[in-house]
Amino acid sequence: MIGANNMNIRKLIIAAAALVAGLAMAPAQAAEGGAHVERQAWSFGGIFGTYDTNQLQRGFQVFREVCSSCHSAHLISFRNLMEPGGPQFSEAQVRALAAEYEVADITADGGRRPAVPADRWPSPFANDVEARDANGGSLPPDFSVLAKARGVTDPFPTWIFNYFTGYQEGGTDYIHALLTGYHEEVPETAPHDFQLPEGKYYNDYFPGHAIGMAPPLADGSVDYAEGEDGQSVPETLEQYSTDVAAFMMWMAEPHLVSRKQTGFAVLIFLVLFAGLMYGTKRKIWAGIEH
Amino acid sequence: MSEHSTYVPGNAVEKWLDDRLPVVRFAKEHLMDFPTPKNLNYWWTFGAILVMCLGVQIVTGIILAMHYTPNVAMAFDSVEHIRRDVNGGRIIQATHAVGASMFFIALYIHMFRGLFYGSYKAPREILWILGVVIFLLTTATAFMGYILPWGQMSFWGATVISNIFTAIPVVGENIKQLVLGGFAVGNPTLNRFFSLHYLLPFIIAAVVALHIWALHVPGNNNPVGVEVKDSRDTVPFHPYYTMKDLYGMVLFMIPFAWFVFFAPDILGHPDNYIMANAQVTPAHIVPEWYLLPFYTILRAIDFNVLFIDSKLGGVIAMGGAMLMLLIVPWLDTSKVRSGVFRPMFKWFFALFAINFVGLMYLGAQPAEGIYTVLAKVCTGYYFLYFLVILPVLSRIETPKPLPTSISESVLGKTAHA
Repeated sequence: MIGANNMNIRKLIIAAAALVAGLAMAPAQAAEGGAHVERQAWSFGGIFGTYDTNQLQRGFQVFREVCSSCHSAHLISFRNLMEPGGPQFSEAQVRALAAEYEVADITADGGRRPAVPADRWPSPFANDVEARDANGGSLPPDFSVLAKARGVTDPFPTWIFNYFTGYQEGGTDYIHALLTGYHEEVPETAPHDFQLPEGKYYNDYFPGHAIGMAPPLADGSVDYAEGEDGQSVPETLEQYSTDVAAFMMWMAEPHLVSRKQTGFAVLIFLVLFAGLMYGTKRKIWAGIEH
Repeated sequence: MSEHSTYVPGNAVEKWLDDRLPVVRFAKEHLMDFPTPKNLNYWWTFGAILVMCLGVQIVTGIILAMHYTPNVAMAFDSVEHIRRDVNGGRIIQATHAVGASMFFIALYIHMFRGLFYGSYKAPREILWILGVVIFLLTTATAFMGYILPWGQMSFWGATVISNIFTAIPVVGENIKQLVLGGFAVGNPTLNRFFSLHYLLPFIIAAVVALHIWALHVPGNNNPVGVEVKDSRDTVPFHPYYTMKDLYGMVLFMIPFAWFVFFAPDILGHPDNYIMANAQVTPAHIVPEWYLLPFYTILRAIDFNVLFIDSKLGGVIAMGGAMLMLLIVPWLDTSKVRSGVFRPMFKWFFALFAINFVGLMYLGAQPAEGIYTVLAKVCTGYYFLYFLVILPVLSRIETPKPLPTSISESVLGKTAHA
């Protein structure tokens, strides 16, 4: 009986050692998706982070002038663009913007009418089949929640710290990396025997590296307006990628700022309340040996 | 339990009510005067915390159901509609989603507390079994709830798990079709899971009532595991434990709120922000973290045993891992309840807890290479713990001397301090 037990203990020690080894090997698994995605400094990162209104406005410009010709964002309404915590365009700007678009409306003459702020952002294609036909068979994903539908698998133990730092910018990090990760030709870092299918493009970060989307942005492809103070933002691929990724995060999480604001009120209340509760509990239990 | 009743109706109305429906007497006896061991530590507050979790899930869930649409074409967008356009919707939805995780954190702590302090031993076997029933029902409810947002993980999780039924010989395929309402996961599946997800919490609440009833017959176990001897060992539930439990609940709400407001998506999977698509299989299909230990056990059996193929073997192992909890009171025959007084048990229990976390970790890893080996080792220890270690320890272990009463142990502690 005791001999069998010793055997068990030995097995258990081996198991525990193997488990530790397994945990240490986790980074190898994280690397499979492609090159390592660099973390960017996002204004909305961390618990105190908020959106940068100017950045969201620039990101919206990139989205509107470039992305939206293929990508839909069907959960976004024009009115969202003037809500607090977002790009915060004025109501007049949003009305004027909406009026530039036509939307289907069976109650209107001819079935179409100019959009109003309450309308959803019009999709570039009527359906998925049309979208695929126009894009060489690839379906451009909808942008509404895309920034939260992508992520980066952090190696152990980094992902444990994420629970305490509230790091949730893996999606935007990935989008930024993807937009800046194109190669004109298949690079030497490509997997052995990699063959780029026709009509596809090589990207360091896209799973499998062959992406259907042509490099959408290049230096100078979008004209940013000069600020009122005469300051200008660099018109570079890097800047565009950061701005549009930030805008996509806002689309996916439009209430991020107010959510965090409420969170501070709730947490401060709970901590103070817990302190009072502890004092009360101590007082009640003071006379009891326990 | 009326022997400790001190209730005297305060006025004619209460007297009139007490003769017809003694709810006030019941509340006085069971919520206020109930004699409770005075040495319960903070691990014991998780019972109350779990009641709070169930309440939070039911309240937020009822509100979500007012805005949610259980239809394959609309479910995904309706959840986003709740987040974006319903007043307070993003907080209610995040509370419900995070609440499921918090529920399981509390549930696992509560169960491990029971396992360590031997709370399943006579005369509390029924109390423990009802707890296991609650655990199984909660698991089913959480699983079905995860289908409702109709994301990729919802869909593929449902597909993988419903395939479990096909492992059952002869009738498996028919059972699967009955569960799914079709040949594959689809609109009928979403509808019936929504219906059952709404129903089960109320059944859980009913079993919780039985669980508390079964608790109030023998009374609480306690950290030293010695039965209450006389009134010096106990304090009335109110105000002592109402206050302590409330304090525990408020403390528990702090990490809860942290996740709801600062990291609402961190416990989920990014793929669930992609609408369900039967044509695209995610690279790794992973269930929610709280199901991972059992998912690992399911996948660990990748070999045939005699006439049982690996698929059925995995299902038997997974089902066995959960159902085995029902017979724990008869596997561990040690007369000593509390692990504190069991020098060998302590270490095996600690290893069991680490092993459980290991199983959880492995469930999220791809089933390849070293992970499959580790999964087998951890699964092996899980079963070994219950089927071999507990029965054997009961026979060979020499427990440390027990205090004669709760009061004595409490006084001893103060003397040492």
